[in-house]
Amino acid sequence: MTATQSTAAAEFARRQQSPLQRIQHVLHGYPWLSPLFILVIAFIAFTTLNPRFASPSSMGLMLQQTAVVAALAIGQTLIILTAGIDLSVGAITVLSMMVMASLAQDGGMNGFLALLIGLLLAVAAGYLNGVLVTRLNLPPFIVTLGTLSIFTAIALLYSGGSSIQADHLPGLLNSLGEGFGPRGGFRLTWGVVAVGVMYLAVGFALSQTAWGRHVYAVGDDREAARLSGVATQRVLLTVYTVAGLIYGIAAWVLIGRSGAATPNAIVDANLNSITAVVIGGTSLFGGRGRLVGTLIGALIVQSLQFGLSLGGVDQQFRVLATGVLVIIAVSVDQWIRKVKA
Amino acid sequence: MSADSVSTTDSTTVSSTDSTTDETTPHHGGIFSTAQPSADKTHPVLSARGLVKTFGRVVGLDGVDLDLYPGEVLAVIGDNGAGKSTLIKCLTGALVPDSGEMRLDGEVVHFKRPQDSRDAGIETVYQQLAVIPALDIASNLYLAREERRPGPLGSVLRMLDKKGMKERAGKAVQDLGIQTIQNMGQAVETLSGGQRQAVAVSRAAAFGGKVVILDEPTAALGVKEGNQVLEMIRQLRDRGLGIILISHNMPHVWDVADRIHIQRLGGLAGVITPSSHSMTDGVAIMTGAMKLES
Ligand SMILES: Nc1ncnc2c1ncn2[C@@H]1O[C@H](COP(=O)(O)OP(=O)(O)O)[C@@H](O)[C@H]1O
Ligand SMILES: [Mg+2]
Repeated sequence: MTATQSTAAAEFARRQQSPLQRIQHVLHGYPWLSPLFILVIAFIAFTTLNPRFASPSSMGLMLQQTAVVAALAIGQTLIILTAGIDLSVGAITVLSMMVMASLAQDGGMNGFLALLIGLLLAVAAGYLNGVLVTRLNLPPFIVTLGTLSIFTAIALLYSGGSSIQADHLPGLLNSLGEGFGPRGGFRLTWGVVAVGVMYLAVGFALSQTAWGRHVYAVGDDREAARLSGVATQRVLLTVYTVAGLIYGIAAWVLIGRSGAATPNAIVDANLNSITAVVIGGTSLFGGRGRLVGTLIGALIVQSLQFGLSLGGVDQQFRVLATGVLVIIAVSVDQWIRKVKA
Repeated sequence: MSADSVSTTDSTTVSSTDSTTDETTPHHGGIFSTAQPSADKTHPVLSARGLVKTFGRVVGLDGVDLDLYPGEVLAVIGDNGAGKSTLIKCLTGALVPDSGEMRLDGEVVHFKRPQDSRDAGIETVYQQLAVIPALDIASNLYLAREERRPGPLGSVLRMLDKKGMKERAGKAVQDLGIQTIQNMGQAVETLSGGQRQAVAVSRAAAFGGKVVILDEPTAALGVKEGNQVLEMIRQLRDRGLGIILISHNMPHVWDVADRIHIQRLGGLAGVITPSSHSMTDGVAIMTGAMKLES
């Protein structure tokens, strides 16, 4: 194979494409470009409407508001890449949060130990989803629909449905709500930093390791992956377990963000995390997408909320705009998938 | 894949590493394989006895025996539904037979997953190809045996050696004389059916250590590419590998096969050779119009 030959062939192929096909081709290689485009447009539009949108303090605030959904969307991305879906995201997060908070409430248990137990519980919950999906071979939609109810019920029974305020909790559990940066300026919390680190770590694993390749392979064609020697069951099990760990860390971020552990803190978590993934260009059919797209997707959802509310637009219109974006994103995905050489 | 197998593929000669004692087996199997083809041509490299596989009430395999010797091409022919694919899936662990015994180099083996047979030196091109459309060609060639970067990047961070794998994949494809695939970074879903087949065949040929099994590898290919695959099969045979070739193309079979295993209605109708029987006889046995005396 000579490089000149293949570039010449590529050149030839390129010349035969219409501009639209060329866009299709580029989006096929970089599925996060279209959400990035939308994010930039939204940013420019909102800043024009209200210059306060782009001020350092509102940018910092927006990142803080995005953090929890962005974190949950990491786990959701992993699972959607394997052609699954996780409806129990919010339930696992709330369960983990209520358990770590209740254990440590009013000096009941060492904060570190309570955090560890909360995280392990989230890991166990993710693992349970994984076992049900792999061993019983049930569709992820059904499994997580079931565990959604189970985990929610346990969380409510355990906590008695009441909130625990930050001043009843040890410093460690509240620590991710603390931040740095000037008051009234660009201020970030440790929670935002933690979520950023998770994006880097999982993004690295997905794009640079064999495990990441296998996640894509299993999602794209599970039987072909199995015949090629990929340990498909193990890949799926690790995906659901890692997702559980991510939800546990998100629970910790959430306590800091809301200044309390509240059973109904994130009622929209399931839909928002799925929305971020889909708007971010990851295919619901599995095997296609990039984690950076999910981050962009989460930012789009949040900037719509934030920008439209700055502009005084009614909440229902924000929900409506998000819905339109989801439909557009899925249509674009369908179109990209028809790409030809 | 272990570090020393990486270094073997780096050296341009595929034959040099450890030809210390046995002069008759200086070659590695595939380009990337470290497994040595069996030296002893008189004993089967792969043999199966009494393989049975049922799917509910459908009998896919009804007690089939098979012997494959090193350095031979064993063709498997039979009508649609005769159990050819089921047979080779049982041999590779893609399906687990209900009963029967298999030996590799004389040792009893129980393959429970495709990975088991691959680890033992058996490479397979399945009829449904088993390539991942979303991944590029190099990733597909190295799927489930990815190579990591040297040093802590690889051992601690488990980072893939993407560049190295791409280069070695390109070289392997070139060495195999496959011209239909060029750019190793191209996604498989943008390839034609014939090119996808070339990817699957290259993977098997490059990594095959003892046995290469091909289930209708020329079905989607044109005349020229079909002949290239046949040429590759001869090369692998000459390196001492055992080859199982399933094909509906009788001229191909009579051209390349040393022996021909005929499947009929889930059972073994008989084993013939291209010199003992004509193509017409073969088809007659295959369809039940003629019985083989045994
Ligand atoms: N996964 C399966 N489930 C049910 N029946 C199967 C399955 N695989 C093969 N069979 C049946 O087993 C028989 C042999 O099939 P196969 O081995 O694919 O034949 P061939 O490859 O010779 O065309 C057929 O009757 C087929 O319908
Ligand atoms: Mg078949």
